[in-house]
Amino acid sequence: MLEYLFDSFNWSGPEGITARIIQHIWYTFAALGLSALIALPIGLRIGHTRRGAFLAINIGNAARALPSLGLLMIAVLLTNQIGFLPVLIALVALGIPPILTSTYAGLSGVDPATIDAARGMGMTGREILTKVEIPIALPLIISGLRAATLQIVSTATIAALVSLGGLGRYVVDGLKLRDFPQMFSGALLVALLAILLDLLFALAGRITVSKGLRVD
Amino acid sequence: MTWIGDNLSLIWQQLSEHIYLAILPVIFGLLIAIPLGYVATRFAWLANPLIALGGVLYSLPSIALFIVLPVLLGTKVLDRINIIIALTIYAVSLLIRNVIDGLRSVPPDVRQAAIAVGYGPARRLLTIDLPIAVPVIFAGLRVVTVANISMVSVGAVIGIGGLGELFTLGFQKDFLTPVVVGVVLSLLLALLADLLIVTLQRFLTPWARVVASVKEA
Repeated sequence: MLEYLFDSFNWSGPEGITARIIQHIWYTFAALGLSALIALPIGLRIGHTRRGAFLAINIGNAARALPSLGLLMIAVLLTNQIGFLPVLIALVALGIPPILTSTYAGLSGVDPATIDAARGMGMTGREILTKVEIPIALPLIISGLRAATLQIVSTATIAALVSLGGLGRYVVDGLKLRDFPQMFSGALLVALLAILLDLLFALAGRITVSKGLRVD
Repeated sequence: MTWIGDNLSLIWQQLSEHIYLAILPVIFGLLIAIPLGYVATRFAWLANPLIALGGVLYSLPSIALFIVLPVLLGTKVLDRINIIIALTIYAVSLLIRNVIDGLRSVPPDVRQAAIAVGYGPARRLLTIDLPIAVPVIFAGLRVVTVANISMVSVGAVIGIGGLGELFTLGFQKDFLTPVVVGVVLSLLLALLADLLIVTLQRFLTPWARVVASVKEA
């Protein structure tokens, strides 16, 4: 099953494994970046003002049940194009809910007494947000980003269904050709990439979260 | 709209297939996670490795599991059993944490009282520990169920799986209706399943309502 992976011929060229991994990472980060750009400000705003939480949480939870494959197909049929845009739409829709809900949860978990204390020291709303609330909420915010990354990286395989690249190519092409070693290799690479990114986020959490907040 | 009327039996078939593929793993997952979690609370050194293993398993992409499993198990790639086993693995890996946390949330004095009254370990687990752990376990159950319902459709990429088939069908025919029907049904299914679990939880923990109403008063 692994001969496909260990054949150096399969690793080079524009359709080689190296190129596919780079494409896969590019789709993942593009979608993650856009999701964060949308979800973080909304989550921070809701968490800071504590308004609109009910709506955001429920929409976030309902969106979790959205099948990304169906979303991709709808995006393709509506935008009338096959390619990056529909994939991005589907992946961003997947990435927003975990980032939004955990950012909100992180901020709303900050002890009100802490915020009062900060206000008592003369901090403005913006200072409270950036110097108190965000640092305290950081572990949860990162775990939201982490969950979003995992889902996006694994779902980015569906890009291959609309003739884009990425590691999904091996899965989709392998299925068509009944080439199971190829499918297996693609699946294995996606899994490894997911675990690698997960470890990176764990590391990022260790570096950025204040020492005083560490539980372990 | 006429497409829906003409294809009711197909829609119904895919929907029931979807329910079967999504719900069965949740039940299996629960049946595996509860004893495993119980063992982990009895032998405390097991708990952290189990939770860590669950975290790693949960981070595996579903599509990867759907494909890698047949190789490991010797089943056919297009066998539905792969989906069921893959989703069961997800269910266990997520629920194990909730079961352990839930069983740990039983107050020590409650446990001691039960022992003092003469409850054996089995009776204590079934009538004291598990009911107290229900809210924490069910929180995980809700996440797993909703996630499973949306993950089943990924199976359509490799040619299996309920409502996902409507997505590929609509895509191939360049026709929006089946895709929308699939997405809407999948959302409704998730909503309904979630509601069912919440209702079941209320039914299983009648005291929670009493506590809440006392607090409100």
